[in-house]
Amino acid sequence: MASNGQTTTTLYKQTLLTGLWRENPVFRLLLGMCPTLAVTAAVKPALTMGLSVIFVLLCSNIVVSLMRNLLKPHLRILMFTLTIATFVTIADLFLKAFVPRMSETLGPYVPLIIVNCIIICRAEACASKNNLFISIIDALGMGAGFTLALCVLAGVREILSTGAVWEIKVLPAWFVPWAALSMPAGAFITLGLLLGLVNVISKKRT
Amino acid sequence: MDTLDTLLMAFISIVLINNLVLTKFLGICPYLGVSGRIDMAFGMGMAVTFVVTLSGTMTWMIDHWILMPMNLEVTRYVCFILVIAGAVQLVEMYIRKFFPSLYESFGIFLPLITTNCAILGLCLFVNLWGIDNLPEAAVLSFGAGIGFTMAICIMAGIRENLNMADVPRCLKGAPITLITAGLLTLAFMGFAGMIK
Repeated sequence: MASNGQTTTTLYKQTLLTGLWRENPVFRLLLGMCPTLAVTAAVKPALTMGLSVIFVLLCSNIVVSLMRNLLKPHLRILMFTLTIATFVTIADLFLKAFVPRMSETLGPYVPLIIVNCIIICRAEACASKNNLFISIIDALGMGAGFTLALCVLAGVREILSTGAVWEIKVLPAWFVPWAALSMPAGAFITLGLLLGLVNVISKKRT
Repeated sequence: MDTLDTLLMAFISIVLINNLVLTKFLGICPYLGVSGRIDMAFGMGMAVTFVVTLSGTMTWMIDHWILMPMNLEVTRYVCFILVIAGAVQLVEMYIRKFFPSLYESFGIFLPLITTNCAILGLCLFVNLWGIDNLPEAAVLSFGAGIGFTMAICIMAGIRENLNMADVPRCLKGAPITLITAGLLTLAFMGFAGMIK
């Protein structure tokens, strides 16, 4: 009984860590690229985006996991999308009501969470096959991994393009900001170089 | 004549200046995933163009003629995604019936058009920009599809040559594709300011 308890704990821990690093949605699986590139000009919107994704991912994983035995195979994608769309509407209305300025900055990228591949991917690959508890852990792990990746990318871009993090100056005055990094081209190139860095790191570990 | 001008402007702006892939980061997944070969990229672009024209026009009609008069804007996202899923289903059946070989080579990417951000993104942008007449919405939708096709075909052309290039090992695959996309975006920034 004791060993059984231990294996379940390791399973939970592994599920959590998988999302954070080994199968990090952005750096390893290349999922959810659109918001990753679009909202990472600064750390604040990136974090808001990450938190919204965690909320939607958690809720949709819970619901999908609860109704996994009722799903018909050919209708399941439609059911996933409808579930996700409902929770995204909730998140969008919440952001509009409580942080209207941030909601304006994010613009259409909040409703675009509906078509974020990470959420459908997790619903399909994890929540529709596993019990409630594992689905929750998985959602938290994947969501945290996504938020982490977003914040790293946003941090790099914000420091180099304005010399600040979280709108607080960190670099000395002689630093000449690279404005190009806050533009679309900068997003693509920074992400490309970061992916290269992640490849180098993970090669060294194995 | 005046309306024709507006429509032409809208078309050029969505294809070149506000290109959904290169400036709004929409539809990046197929942009990186299907751009390995130029014929597949073109087929994908055509499929997306068809779906986006259909769903962009239909969501505009639903939004303006059903949801707004009835104050049901809250259900907007749910309705939009339903329309898109339906349109994709239609295209899938059509291609399977008439172009079976193309259907085989698309594989998983065809149903994935449903989750192509470019399509839902365009529907949302049409709504956000406050487009209030049907022809303009239709032209914008069609232009978005053409813009997507153009971007993905350019990318596929570059990547076919990139296969022969000597890229550092850690940058092989996705990283170098992203960097190439960045340079392409830089080139397209030259079009900004062409139309106000």
